[in-house]
Amino acid sequence: MNKKLNLFLKGIVDVLPLLIPVVPFGIILGAIGIELGFTPLETFATSFIIFGGASQIVFLQLFSGGASSLITITSTFVVNSRHLLYGASLSEYLNKLSLSWKILLSYLLTDQAYAVSNIYFEKNKSNELKHYYLLGSGFSLWFVWQIFTIVGIFLGSIVPEELGLSYTIPLTFISLLVGYFRKLDHLLIILLSGCLSIALYNAPLKSYIILSSFTALVVAFILILLKKEQNK
Amino acid sequence: MIWYGIIISGILNFLTKFLSLSYFDTSKMNPRVKQILSYVPSAVFPAIIFPGILIDANGLIDLENNPKILASIVAVIIGVLSKNILATIFAGLAAYWYLIFI
Repeated sequence: MNKKLNLFLKGIVDVLPLLIPVVPFGIILGAIGIELGFTPLETFATSFIIFGGASQIVFLQLFSGGASSLITITSTFVVNSRHLLYGASLSEYLNKLSLSWKILLSYLLTDQAYAVSNIYFEKNKSNELKHYYLLGSGFSLWFVWQIFTIVGIFLGSIVPEELGLSYTIPLTFISLLVGYFRKLDHLLIILLSGCLSIALYNAPLKSYIILSSFTALVVAFILILLKKEQNK
Repeated sequence: MIWYGIIISGILNFLTKFLSLSYFDTSKMNPRVKQILSYVPSAVFPAIIFPGILIDANGLIDLENNPKILASIVAVIIGVLSKNILATIFAGLAAYWYLIFI
């Protein structure tokens, strides 16, 4: 029991520094939900049920902008598709766990919990209890996200509209790309997707996010192929 | 309608993680698929960023007298230099408030 608790606590401690940006992001999300006209319960439900910061913002934005359910759900899914990589990458350590453990850990898996757990798992492959580490890191992010969504929901009804809170949406996404701006191939994909989204903004059914993301991914694929050719 | 949307999106997000955790294994996965997935943020986020900056409340492109453009350039520069998420958000917001209030 003690060993399990220690691992759980270690997961919490290691993920703490990564939780600092989660606090303002959670507040922004809660406040934006209210500003876009959703009820407190609906806004909170996106944090509890969808539980993925970037995808929740896309969901709220598109839904309030009059996009169809299909487009909203597909766009949200596209934003979340990076999680495929996280699950697949942790699979070799976790695929022997029971079904209920897999369900719980899948729900709690996020960018931050993945980042610390992947490092820990690589170093502690033989530890039979290592999933408690992911439980600790995943749970602490989940907890902080729910609490600060609620804080944002309350602040959202107080903060005046003149402050331009909706501008924090593009800002938050810029901040999530800071690691990519220095890489030339990523910069190219960023500019391409951005320009396409403006050019396609009036495409029917608010499909601009899907269309420009998908086109940019196809170009990324071509870049990968070209790079391979060069390395040969 | 909204509740269906939230629940379906929640299930899809969960399944993305659950199915990949249970059935995919990167050690057996095509390295090209892995590489493409690493471009997902760079391909998806700009489609949220650019319209958020350049499209006004009426759905029109706004390039003149738009404080969001300059504020975003400040945010990108601070982001590239600091590589810090919080510093990027606060620099952009501070620049934006400076431009609209002062």
